[in-house]
Amino acid sequence: MTVTIVDYGSGNLHSAVKAFERASREHGLDLPIQLSSDPEQLRTSSHIVLPGVGAFADCRRGLEEIPGMVEALHEAVLHQGRPFFGICVGMQLLATRGHEHQVTQGLGWIGGDVVALETGDQDLKIPHMGWNTLDEKRPHHLLDGIPTGENGLNAYFVHSYQFVPDSTASAIATTTYGKPFASIVGRDNIVGSQFHPEKSQKLGLALIANFLRWRP
Amino acid sequence: MLKSRVIPCLDVKDGRVVKGVNFVDLRDAGDPVESAMVYDKAGADELCFLDITASHENRGTLLDVVQRTAEACFMPLTVGGGVRTLDDIRTLLLAGADKVSINTAAVNDREFVKRAAEKFGSQCIVVAIDAKSVAAERWEIFTHGGRRATGIDAVEFAQEVVSLGAGEILLTSMDRDGTRVGFDLPLTRLVSDSISVPLIASGGVGNLDHLVAGIRDGHASAVLAASIFHFGEFTIGEAKQFMAGHGLNMRLD
Repeated sequence: MTVTIVDYGSGNLHSAVKAFERASREHGLDLPIQLSSDPEQLRTSSHIVLPGVGAFADCRRGLEEIPGMVEALHEAVLHQGRPFFGICVGMQLLATRGHEHQVTQGLGWIGGDVVALETGDQDLKIPHMGWNTLDEKRPHHLLDGIPTGENGLNAYFVHSYQFVPDSTASAIATTTYGKPFASIVGRDNIVGSQFHPEKSQKLGLALIANFLRWRP
Repeated sequence: MLKSRVIPCLDVKDGRVVKGVNFVDLRDAGDPVESAMVYDKAGADELCFLDITASHENRGTLLDVVQRTAEACFMPLTVGGGVRTLDDIRTLLLAGADKVSINTAAVNDREFVKRAAEKFGSQCIVVAIDAKSVAAERWEIFTHGGRRATGIDAVEFAQEVVSLGAGEILLTSMDRDGTRVGFDLPLTRLVSDSISVPLIASGGVGNLDHLVAGIRDGHASAVLAASIFHFGEFTIGEAKQFMAGHGLNMRLD
């Protein structure tokens, strides 16, 4: 079975592919990693990754422009229960709606809204850019063996919007920048991270390996 | 808690590092990818390549360097130098750059910043500003390595490019660059306090106290340095430990 990273014209997929390859190799998983814009490929994938860089509406449009892609994602993830990982805007797309520039419908797999990052401190720079830690809100396979909390490992963030889930149970981890926001969301076979695991060195490679081993 | 970042910068010409790089355990001091891997292992928070290739024909070697670095280093990579068109940006991003730094093209045509941010997102658009003191409390933008004055006020320019969509500002003091006497702190603080996005301070680092001052007194989110790291004077790890010891929030993973 193959791990498919969905290519829908969003940003730098090269490093995502390389990070997944490295994590797979280093952890002895030897899973083939492919970049694909072919919805048919999702049917034979063991894991599906949706990256995303840029604006919510642009990414949503990019997905729509591939005939059959949204339907194939629904089928593979919601009906067949394939493990799914959304990264950055790929995670935000899981929400019901995005409010960046205009209101755009998300995939609606995890109820919630993507709104401008609210820090409560006007001295804090936006975007939230750089390395920050995670606070585990509920145990999840994705964080197995990864130190969290103030003295835990750091993840690399760059974003100006945040995912506000309808249910606090959807937040697997939060990160504090002025105020806490959801940095990992998930339910069932679906997870998403606001940070970039493919840019997060130690934490990132461990988290990707956990995802590749995940059998929800 | 968000950490302050330490960013080593490598000058790359025709695919090779210029200015000496002198690490222990480096087979080829001229290969930027090898240097990048050393910095990656040492805990650099980001990497920056500045391409100073003179001719456009040799530009392909940079893409090869970016691509090989992105394959080996899982950390953010900023590439600057000679970025003039949306195609230049697209090519660098596809090769594996996470952010692209725009300098002269932003001075010549500010709308270029807007087009770039709209196309690729503010998160990957860094505007590099080279500023020089022209009077008390006044700094202006210079281009062509600090030789050509533009008469543009540095603070106003920074605010304008941020309003057009720049996601980060890389501020270099031309007065301090290469002097090793420390950042121009009044300039750094003035620009950082005038903009809503993160600022990377650059130009003049000669010791580790300078890095602390850049964050603490210059209000920068990140500090960029070249020579103190290249010549093996200090490691990235030493720099970050030192900064943490002075009360700054650093990533010591």
